[in-house]
Amino acid sequence: MLGRDEDILKAAEEWSKAGRGVALATVVETWGSAPRPVGSNLVIDSDGNFLGSVSGGCVEGAVVTEAIDVIDSGKPKVLEFGVADETAWQVGLSCGGTIRVYVEKVG
Amino acid sequence: MKLEILHTLNAERAARRAVVVITDVESGAQRLVRADAIAADPLHDTLEKRLRMGKSGMEDTAQGRVFLTVHVPSPRLVITGAVHISQALAPIAQMLGYDVTIVDPRTAFASPERFPDVRVIAEWPDVALPPLNVDRYTAFVACTHDPKIDDPALLHALARDCFYIGALGSRKTHGKRNERLKAAGVSDTDFARIHAPIGLDIGAISPAEIAVSIMGEIVQSLRQKPSRAAKAEAA
Repeated sequence: MLGRDEDILKAAEEWSKAGRGVALATVVETWGSAPRPVGSNLVIDSDGNFLGSVSGGCVEGAVVTEAIDVIDSGKPKVLEFGVADETAWQVGLSCGGTIRVYVEKVG
Repeated sequence: MKLEILHTLNAERAARRAVVVITDVESGAQRLVRADAIAADPLHDTLEKRLRMGKSGMEDTAQGRVFLTVHVPSPRLVITGAVHISQALAPIAQMLGYDVTIVDPRTAFASPERFPDVRVIAEWPDVALPPLNVDRYTAFVACTHDPKIDDPALLHALARDCFYIGALGSRKTHGKRNERLKAAGVSDTDFARIHAPIGLDIGAISPAEIAVSIMGEIVQSLRQKPSRAAKAEAA
């Protein structure tokens, strides 16, 4: 499934109603060259299943890990990714931009 | 996000109504504003601006720095005429994420064999169009060359404020169309909203090339809003 915006938010609602722990990640700011525009969504469940994207696949792994924390704690987080990051080679954006991602629990 | 907000958000989207979600990313405080409640909202200027642009983003407001998630309905394409150009235009539009509907009362044209993966309605526009709830997030293309089919559909598209309205036909054909639509009460400003000759001028010849030029013009109308506004002002 390609994961159109509607599908992502529908999945977030359905997963939550099915009793799964769910978090929603949203790109809230971008600087420079960013792979996905502001407003792009990624929905994550507590088992690490996800749908959608906040980058071109560069940082989704890290967002999923953080999202599982957010599901546990219930507290939202703002994550920032860019090439300046020390671990850029692991979870940075190869395109050279910087993005901020808001991660919140659903439900 | 509270499940209740998410549920309302999905319901409004399913009904093709615009919605804005306002989030304080520091505290997590969040509220949803329906399109019809924007005028009465304390942040109405900001909300209206964002909705017009169809763009989500951070905003500094009297209530602090917030993130506005703007949800506008996904674009649709309605075509009159199950013709050769439509056979190319429909799959191109679908690839771009448009929900496509073709209307043509001529059953020989509007056959499922000719359009295997597209919704085709073999009815006259006056029957087929009203239930589609054509809106400002809809692009409309008239392709039949038959005034009996295209004219009522164009009137409907103008009345519903489609973001793009295009009509196939030469300048001469369009001149005659002008006379007919004016007689039907269409103003000069409204008539000028119809793109004709249709499509970007890329020298298109084959039906598929013409489809590309039409789709290019539709994307331009959707995405280049400032220039569209400037053109409308100049008109």
